[in-house]
Amino acid sequence: MGERTVIPFGPHHPVLPEPIHLDLVLEDEKVVEAIPQIGYVHRGLEKLVEKRDFKQYTYIAERICGICSFMHGMGYCMSVESIMGIEVPERGKFLRTIWAELSRIHSHLLWLGLTADAFGFESLFMHCWRLREKVLDIFEETTGGRVIFSVCDVGGVRKDIDAETLKKIVDVLTGMDKEIHELTQVFLNDSTVKSRTVGVGVLSKEKAQELGAVGPMARASGIKMDMRTQGYAAYKHLKFEPIVTTEGDSYGRMVVRIEEIFQAIDLIKQCVELIPEGDVITKFKGNPDGEYFTRLEQPRGEVIYYVKGNGTSFLDRVRVRTPTFANIPALLEMLKNCDLADVPILILTIDPCISCTER
Amino acid sequence: MGEQNIRKISSDEILAETINLKSAGYRLVAISCTNKDGLELSYSFDKDYDFINLRINMDYDTEIESISCIYHYAFLYENEIAELFGAKIKNIAVDFKDKLYRLSVETPFNMKKEEE
Repeated sequence: MGERTVIPFGPHHPVLPEPIHLDLVLEDEKVVEAIPQIGYVHRGLEKLVEKRDFKQYTYIAERICGICSFMHGMGYCMSVESIMGIEVPERGKFLRTIWAELSRIHSHLLWLGLTADAFGFESLFMHCWRLREKVLDIFEETTGGRVIFSVCDVGGVRKDIDAETLKKIVDVLTGMDKEIHELTQVFLNDSTVKSRTVGVGVLSKEKAQELGAVGPMARASGIKMDMRTQGYAAYKHLKFEPIVTTEGDSYGRMVVRIEEIFQAIDLIKQCVELIPEGDVITKFKGNPDGEYFTRLEQPRGEVIYYVKGNGTSFLDRVRVRTPTFANIPALLEMLKNCDLADVPILILTIDPCISCTER
Repeated sequence: MGEQNIRKISSDEILAETINLKSAGYRLVAISCTNKDGLELSYSFDKDYDFINLRINMDYDTEIESISCIYHYAFLYENEIAELFGAKIKNIAVDFKDKLYRLSVETPFNMKKEEE
């Protein structure tokens, strides 16, 4: 056994977009243990339910994270709607699904770019983010915002998308499909990328289950779990199967996310074909009185929104369990026995979002 | 989404109930806490989309056993609840001793403290 060394990793590191700290216990170049420390960006957003009423809180929920902002707002609204028995119009549900899947595309492209950057593959990083800009342009055209949209509201959505714009979205995505296909061939076939990902950071199916992994982390280890299959929003009308691979390594997690980009494009096209005419939001009166747990599939995995109301306009509690929080134990397991040089890539393969995790 | 299955238990029953769920193949999804005439803990579990919640209501001063001996990764949820709400949780596998988050205010979500 070599001499043990503790190397502090983070909170600031070129590969980390957000701060997290790990104490890496090493024997020579091998990591034998990793001890996490978070808390650098804890904002206490859940505590704000005491200061903002339940309608205002939709906009707080959107600000939990800049990547999944739409889905945070949507999950929160779904919990309130379930408590109050509000039925969202079908068109509103389809629009929510379109924006949610666009969020998935831009999140996965962002992740691919960051991963390419971590490899030192700068041109690949730039191409990923160039394509991502096209999704952000769609957001801007349909909602007015590129990061925070403020379009989801209790009862439905605040803006409609006309037929012409929906057709334009499909045209843009069809063009992107070809470009993303070309781009992702590099991720899937380039020898330098494969040398950093194939067989690296293997998380077995048993370990993923034991550690409560969620999202692409779990699906890359062979666990067929995707909350969208439960049919919330418009997913019950759409045909799709969760993307699953069995390798459990960094390459497998990349494959799942790449396939999910194409799946998201297909889901949006299905939505555009099936979207009915009608209202996009239901008017309601009253305040939430009761509690509800909503589960959604964000780009990073399953997320929980627990909302408890007391009949007044101020809620007793909003609790969000984010996918990164659930994937930290799996990350710590993956880091065991890895080379120090692989740590940055392994941290990235869980697609960490620390703003979500700490709220 | 499915029906909400929330089952009330006492704080003494948490280990036995958790072992039963673990044996049945359930995954721990989350542990949540709310101020409700004391503390209201919700332990959420899932198996093949079957979503079960164990609900415990207890005083601020009541101590509850950690379930990290059954689901090791529960330590993150338990540290969070102990630090934000001041819940007294015994025998957490990895106890951060209120240092998981870097808070300038002690137990900021604890309503009892605010009332005092």
